[in-house]
Amino acid sequence: MAGLAAAFGSGAMTNSTPEFSQYTRCFLITGSNTTEAHPLVASHVLKAKERGAKVVVIDPREVQIGRLADLYLRPRPGTDVAWLNGLMYVIVTEELADQEFIEKRTEGFEEMWRVVQQYPPERVEEITGIPADDLRAAARMYAQNKPAAILYAMGITQHTTGVDNVKSIANLAMLTGNLGIPGGGVNPLRGQNNVQGACDMGGLPNVYPAYQPVTSPEAKAKFEAAWGVEGLSDRIGLTVVEMVNAAGEGRLRGLFVMGENPMLSDPDIQHARECLERLEFLVVQDIFLTETAQLAHVVLPGASFAEKDGTFTATDRRIQRVRKAVEPPGQAKADWEILCELAKRLTQHAIRNTQWDYPSPAEIMSEIARVAPSYGGVTYERLDREGSLQWPVPSVDHPGTPYLHKEKFTRGLGRFHAIEFQEAAELPDEEYPFILTTGRMMFQFHTGTMTRRSPKLEQEAPEPYVEMNPEDAARIGLDGTRRVRVVSRRGAIEVAVRLTERIRPGVVFIPFHYAEAAANVLTHAALDPVAKIPEYKVCAVRVEPVGEK
Amino acid sequence: MDYRNILTVCPYCGAGCGLYLQVLDGEIVGVLPAKEHPVSEGKLCIKGWNAAAFVHHPDRLTTPLIREGNAFREASWDEALGLVAEQLLHIRDTYGPDALGFLVSAKCTNEENYLAQKLARAVFKTNNVDHCARL
Ligand code: SF4
Repeated sequence: MAGLAAAFGSGAMTNSTPEFSQYTRCFLITGSNTTEAHPLVASHVLKAKERGAKVVVIDPREVQIGRLADLYLRPRPGTDVAWLNGLMYVIVTEELADQEFIEKRTEGFEEMWRVVQQYPPERVEEITGIPADDLRAAARMYAQNKPAAILYAMGITQHTTGVDNVKSIANLAMLTGNLGIPGGGVNPLRGQNNVQGACDMGGLPNVYPAYQPVTSPEAKAKFEAAWGVEGLSDRIGLTVVEMVNAAGEGRLRGLFVMGENPMLSDPDIQHARECLERLEFLVVQDIFLTETAQLAHVVLPGASFAEKDGTFTATDRRIQRVRKAVEPPGQAKADWEILCELAKRLTQHAIRNTQWDYPSPAEIMSEIARVAPSYGGVTYERLDREGSLQWPVPSVDHPGTPYLHKEKFTRGLGRFHAIEFQEAAELPDEEYPFILTTGRMMFQFHTGTMTRRSPKLEQEAPEPYVEMNPEDAARIGLDGTRRVRVVSRRGAIEVAVRLTERIRPGVVFIPFHYAEAAANVLTHAALDPVAKIPEYKVCAVRVEPVGEK
Repeated sequence: MDYRNILTVCPYCGAGCGLYLQVLDGEIVGVLPAKEHPVSEGKLCIKGWNAAAFVHHPDRLTTPLIREGNAFREASWDEALGLVAEQLLHIRDTYGPDALGFLVSAKCTNEENYLAQKLARAVFKTNNVDHCARL
């Protein structure tokens, strides 16, 4: 979440889910299929709506929550910066900005305004297709109902301009003083249950736990002391997409994969397979023989969430206990036990190292609390007693932090960024006239390794499909055809077609849960230069009928 | 007969809803929402209600596997971990630490993610650590 870190000094969701039903008076929801992807976050939004809160949805695809919105705007995909700048233009020119907040708590307003003043609603309409008056209405609704919360998900971050999009969102929230107050904020909704925790724990190439940079000499010294080792690397490592590419080029020779299926979540699945096949050694630790595990040299059977103790951190920085209910099947073991046993073997092989004897996950958490300041006051005892704790929890007597940036941003002053609109990396043309977007849907989850083995969930969504506007279907002569071939510059897949007014003409949508017709075969590997998130959301395709009516 | 309700967290989305696993004689027989939970307030979505459906699935991996040609054979923990340790050290010693990569997981616990990055950084001296969930 590089965009938020640049603006505020912290990349996490600023506020808490329960605040939405309690305090929020306006929601701006974008790039998030909230009712389908985060149903119980959506239920707090709906509760707020019942007591009169406004809901503005801005999304190229008609997401379910759009039907409940007071205002629903459908921009052309990939034009987020343009409409965000347009909203700010209206807010500033109609004097709806929070001057006091801007003066006291932020910097960089003037620079930002030099760019934003070039985005009057009429120009934004040309770029995005959003009618100028609708944009004005959305700006007023957001600015005049405080506290207002912005909710977004991967629809915003999965672009070559993802970091710019997030910085623009941060601009909008600062402009209206919607930070450091309950019920406001900038709220990225994390897709999987413990994305937040994986990031907090240093599961990233550039930071140790609690976002301490690997390039910082102090952080290096601190972790060398804590782990009883010397010579920790101060070079930023490779991201997942870079690792896959490095494997293809022979620079990466060995890969250890714990509980992930990078084959299916890579933007270009054929390329990912070829790269991973070149590895000298691939270890996969998982609960099922996933597409990635099938390529492995060694597969280690891990335990599911129901078979081990530990903690997950929810999207609103909420640390909670996971509790063991049953034994893992056969010889399968909890992942933390496997890691400790492996580490002990490795350290016998002549590497001097700290000890890896943890009697239980509670002792691992004690070590985390010692090295990660924002988790400093977390203990299993407290979690058992208090239910959950929201970081930062710097000490055992600290109650936790439901909303961030009260009185002061993590970085001191909030920083406005001047962001120009840039076109997406791949635009439709004559040969590939449609914009493909991909995403989740209600009943399947990320790469589907868990849900597709849950009979009820599988029944709800048995077959992959492409959604398309009936107008487009008529134009390309589908004429009742039920199956189509979707072709991009990188590959082709055959899927069923579903016609729906929910999607705007010129755009098609495929959920990416399916191995047999993975939408990722088609998508684009252009990367955001900073966050390096593959551009799933925008890629050009054509659609052809495949006989059979 | 041994029946217990175990309070835990939904494994699906980042909302972090609370739920109880109903356990009868070592098997999960059902899911109950947690009334007192600040986010889920006694509700769950269809994914949450089915949170445990995959746990006892017959496709679960139950033993370590080692590749032989185009197939896998079952192996003991001792053999599998021995091979992993040997191969990872061989790669590090032959090509250097940055020839290794570690993917941690948005589905594993904080404690496991912490240990996985500690393994990469402290034992192998590489920062090639990432997870797929930015995808
Ligand atoms: S019950 Fe539904 S909304 Fe709640 S965490 Fe699970 S998947 Fe998310």
